[in-house]
Amino acid sequence: MPELEAVIGLEIHVQLATKTKMFCGCELSFGDEPNVHTCPICLAHPGVLPVPNEQAIRYALQIGLALGCEIAPRSIFHRKNYFYPDSPKAYQISQYDIPICGAGRLGDVRIHRAHLEEDAAKMVHVGSSGRIHGSGASLVDFNRGGTPLVEIVTEPDLRGAPEAAEWARLLRETVRQLGVSDVNMEEGSLRVDANVSVRPAGSEELGTKTELKNMNSFRFLQRGVEAELARQRELVEAGGTVEQETLHFDPASGSLTSLRSKEEAHDYRYFPEPDLVSLAPTEEMLREARESLPELPAARIERYKAIGVPADVALTLATDPRTAGYFENVVEAAGGIEPRVLANWVTGELAAALRQAEVDGGAADSRVSPGAMAALVRMVGEKKISHGSAKIVLAAMVLEGGDPEPIVEREGLAQMSDSGELEAIVEQAMADNPDAVARVREGNDKAIGAIVGAVMRETKGRADGGEVNRLLRERL
Amino acid sequence: MIERDQVLHVARLARLRLSEEEVETMVGELSGILEHVDRIGSLDLEGVEPTSHVVALENVLRADEPRPSLPRDVALASAPEPQDGAFRAPSPQAE
Repeated sequence: MPELEAVIGLEIHVQLATKTKMFCGCELSFGDEPNVHTCPICLAHPGVLPVPNEQAIRYALQIGLALGCEIAPRSIFHRKNYFYPDSPKAYQISQYDIPICGAGRLGDVRIHRAHLEEDAAKMVHVGSSGRIHGSGASLVDFNRGGTPLVEIVTEPDLRGAPEAAEWARLLRETVRQLGVSDVNMEEGSLRVDANVSVRPAGSEELGTKTELKNMNSFRFLQRGVEAELARQRELVEAGGTVEQETLHFDPASGSLTSLRSKEEAHDYRYFPEPDLVSLAPTEEMLREARESLPELPAARIERYKAIGVPADVALTLATDPRTAGYFENVVEAAGGIEPRVLANWVTGELAAALRQAEVDGGAADSRVSPGAMAALVRMVGEKKISHGSAKIVLAAMVLEGGDPEPIVEREGLAQMSDSGELEAIVEQAMADNPDAVARVREGNDKAIGAIVGAVMRETKGRADGGEVNRLLRERL
Repeated sequence: MIERDQVLHVARLARLRLSEEEVETMVGELSGILEHVDRIGSLDLEGVEPTSHVVALENVLRADEPRPSLPRDVALASAPEPQDGAFRAPSPQAE
């Protein structure tokens, strides 16, 4: 049997960070007492009319543009009919065949569509009171009911669980930087479902998929998809077939359980929502949305890679726009110093110094100005101080601010420029370590470390390692 | 034509219990509606936009400004069995 390839698509629900609900003026909140944000519209009293939230439309357009989606010149809302206590109207207002955002792309993954809809109410199941059948009940809280959602659906372009989790992170970061959602997976403001199937590698046909729900972290997403892929591979390799079903991920056990739903549950009988007129984004709405887009992570990563910043450092910076802005100020202040070197200092030594000093906030909020940071890196580049000394200076700059030069002076950290003095120390170190000297002369090159270490101790790190090596080699 | 089984299926989805007589009526009425749609479908509709709405309006939107919600006791007033500030509903699992 040919190897089985994973085929994964994601459906992501993003709760929009508007002040009010999608179709009424009730305030959005998280964690309030149940049913304190409801009105006749979101409770579906007879005769009420929904009116869409302008800000939610704006946010949906921003998401669509950020994902490179085609924006529909005219889209409409549909009723998705289902009978369940979390939906007082017995339908959800959603979009069906004409969503606001059509095909797009983020990174390597094609976006199928992104549409607007409203969230369901929250239900808490309470246990039965002793009778054997049917005495369980649900307590329904409509605070969340009617929250604006954008559902983003990808094409099945992902080929493994780690790739799925990594791409979902990029999507979350993108949406977060748009400022249109809190994207908090634990609180449910970003929810990821995965459609998973397997097929013989190289095949173009799609296998039967299962839908995984309730993975409220990227780690769980990866574990859930991994578990399901393993199950499907085993099943298919044993000659079985995958059944289409919805699986619920249990974070405690890491296992998937089937939500045995009746087939007809998927018979939503969509029809155009007669209470809502069509959405036709005007030129002005589109221009506003376009102008409000910040530079997004995928674009930033490409720009940094183009100036020589390694991919992993570029990713670190792209997920932290404030530090990225700081880095760019350092690059500007540093004149000709390579961005690669500066990026390593900002994301490496400076981040470490801030952590060490338990300073809250990132580089951009710290006392180390971009100009001072650039000056410090320049001093290292010009061999005025050693790398080790620079870390000491940086630790002081984090606490007191200011330029590096006075600190170097005060702490006596200037690199030894008097080669006569350094030569003397090198010769003394050789005299103190005759064993090491002998071993190096016998061809054990590593033994030189002991002599270099002695010189560094003597000079308190002020000597240039390269120069020490050169002087030693001359003498060995 | 609508079959009897389809009527029962749709009735179940809408949680409607129909009497034998009502099922017969529905078979007739729903079939009549479909026939009407078929008649429209037989016309030459090349270049005619599908009509999802009959009013010539678009972009009827509201500003994202909070309006007062109902006091909770008012919201729950018509709930048959409120409990702990929530609407109590039969468990869907119990069906």
